[in-house]
Amino acid sequence: MAVSFKDVLRSGEFVVTAEVGPPKGTDISEMKSHISLLKDKVHALNMTDNQSSVMRLSSLVGCHIIKEMGGVPILQMTGRDRNRLALQSDLLSASVLGIDTVLCLTGDHITLGDHKEAKPVHDLESLQILKAVRVLASGVDLGGNPLKGTPQFCAGAVVTPEADPIEPQLMKFEKKVWAGAEFFQTQAVFDLETFKRFMAYAEKFDVKILAGIVLLTSARMATYMNQHVAGIYVPDNLVSEMASAPKGGALQKGIEIAGRMIRKIKEEGIAHGVHIMAIGKETVVPDILQAAGL
Amino acid sequence: MIVAERKPFDEIKTALAGCRKVFILGCDTCVSVCMAGGKKEVGLLASQLRMSFKKDGKDIQIDEDTVERQCNREYMELVLSRLQDYDLVVSMACGAGVQLLADLSEPLQILPGVNTRFIGMTPQDGTWEERCRACGNCILGETGGICPVTVCAKGILNGPCGGTDHGKCEVDKDKDCAWTLIYHRLEKMGKLDNIRKDFPPRNHLVQCHPAKQVHEVYKGE
Repeated sequence: MAVSFKDVLRSGEFVVTAEVGPPKGTDISEMKSHISLLKDKVHALNMTDNQSSVMRLSSLVGCHIIKEMGGVPILQMTGRDRNRLALQSDLLSASVLGIDTVLCLTGDHITLGDHKEAKPVHDLESLQILKAVRVLASGVDLGGNPLKGTPQFCAGAVVTPEADPIEPQLMKFEKKVWAGAEFFQTQAVFDLETFKRFMAYAEKFDVKILAGIVLLTSARMATYMNQHVAGIYVPDNLVSEMASAPKGGALQKGIEIAGRMIRKIKEEGIAHGVHIMAIGKETVVPDILQAAGL
Repeated sequence: MIVAERKPFDEIKTALAGCRKVFILGCDTCVSVCMAGGKKEVGLLASQLRMSFKKDGKDIQIDEDTVERQCNREYMELVLSRLQDYDLVVSMACGAGVQLLADLSEPLQILPGVNTRFIGMTPQDGTWEERCRACGNCILGETGGICPVTVCAKGILNGPCGGTDHGKCEVDKDKDCAWTLIYHRLEKMGKLDNIRKDFPPRNHLVQCHPAKQVHEVYKGE
């Protein structure tokens, strides 16, 4: 399925992406087994960038491995750990390695991770990274210096459709569109009615929206996310549904819920696709796809 | 103003081991207002040290005074001659004051008595909040008088990140999300379009350390 992600977006097909996390350490066997399992079942695989501010193998190398294994990588790039020199340098490197899709993120704050005393960089934020991608594509760097060879990327960004208040979030969404975002992978959505309201607004823009699907693995996880993860709201009925799962059947219930949501999003044309985040449970992504009828 | 907090007593006391005569020099400007290094705090620290050393059976002379402003040469010159016979001077000023003291009293041994924390204001008695990062390029006129460089944990200039949650910050649920505050303030001002503006990456050149500024009138002197 090694078609470029830009072509997939243009095709009008229902787009499916999933997420793979690099290891903490040099043993890449598990990451490779996840890539191998998923690369032909989804259109592209995101490689996270020191996700949750936890130090790991770089997303750039992870994407290179996806590419080598015949998959389509989406390079996640945050501004938390690199200044504008390092970010641009990594973008040039990605391009040379044939990685042509980048997701531009501000990044979780460093205090949420496992190196709390480190210096948070934040030289560029999500919007400015998006713009840097476009500036590089024009043949110069952020300092205005000409490039010898120009990288071209399909650039994406994120949005939180269930943020409260939503208005400032939407204003930033628009700025990201103007800055050249071609697709959005959203924060996890669970309340499709709220998501539909967001889509009614987002549809006015010429961008593809992939609804974020996070796999619920227990009622406790759902409650935890409600209390601790910004922008994620799991409605009571889904928490109860997870709680109603027989002992040992919570994961299966989560797969069923994720599959059901994806099916509904596709059948009702609510979004252009989905982005599945099965944090730590990548091996069940095929089951989710099957439950969704994909 | 500059906000500082006094160093832990044990850290100061340990650093004074081996001294016979110690002078504690306070600063009656910023660190006095934030109750860290003014006349009162100098008196308190001096008494604590005297009692503690006495209890340990150590004979260490502790003297004290407080100047108007330790970061200002003319105030410091009033006190310098009195410091010469001491083994060590504990400066209760901010880092700038400590350094002017060290420069002017070289080679006298210096110990900072406070940790300098931030430029802040006093929303209520006894509380200080950081409100300025001295970034050298003020955009408060665009953001409703709320500084995103300081109040946003990530210093974002172009609107909220995904970590904002019901007006709070992902870093700490007790901290307000700067961009939610800015949004509500600009809404009241009828200036919401300011958020739609494109703020380019910050120019860190204007903040190149150590920064220096010379008033026009004094240039060429």
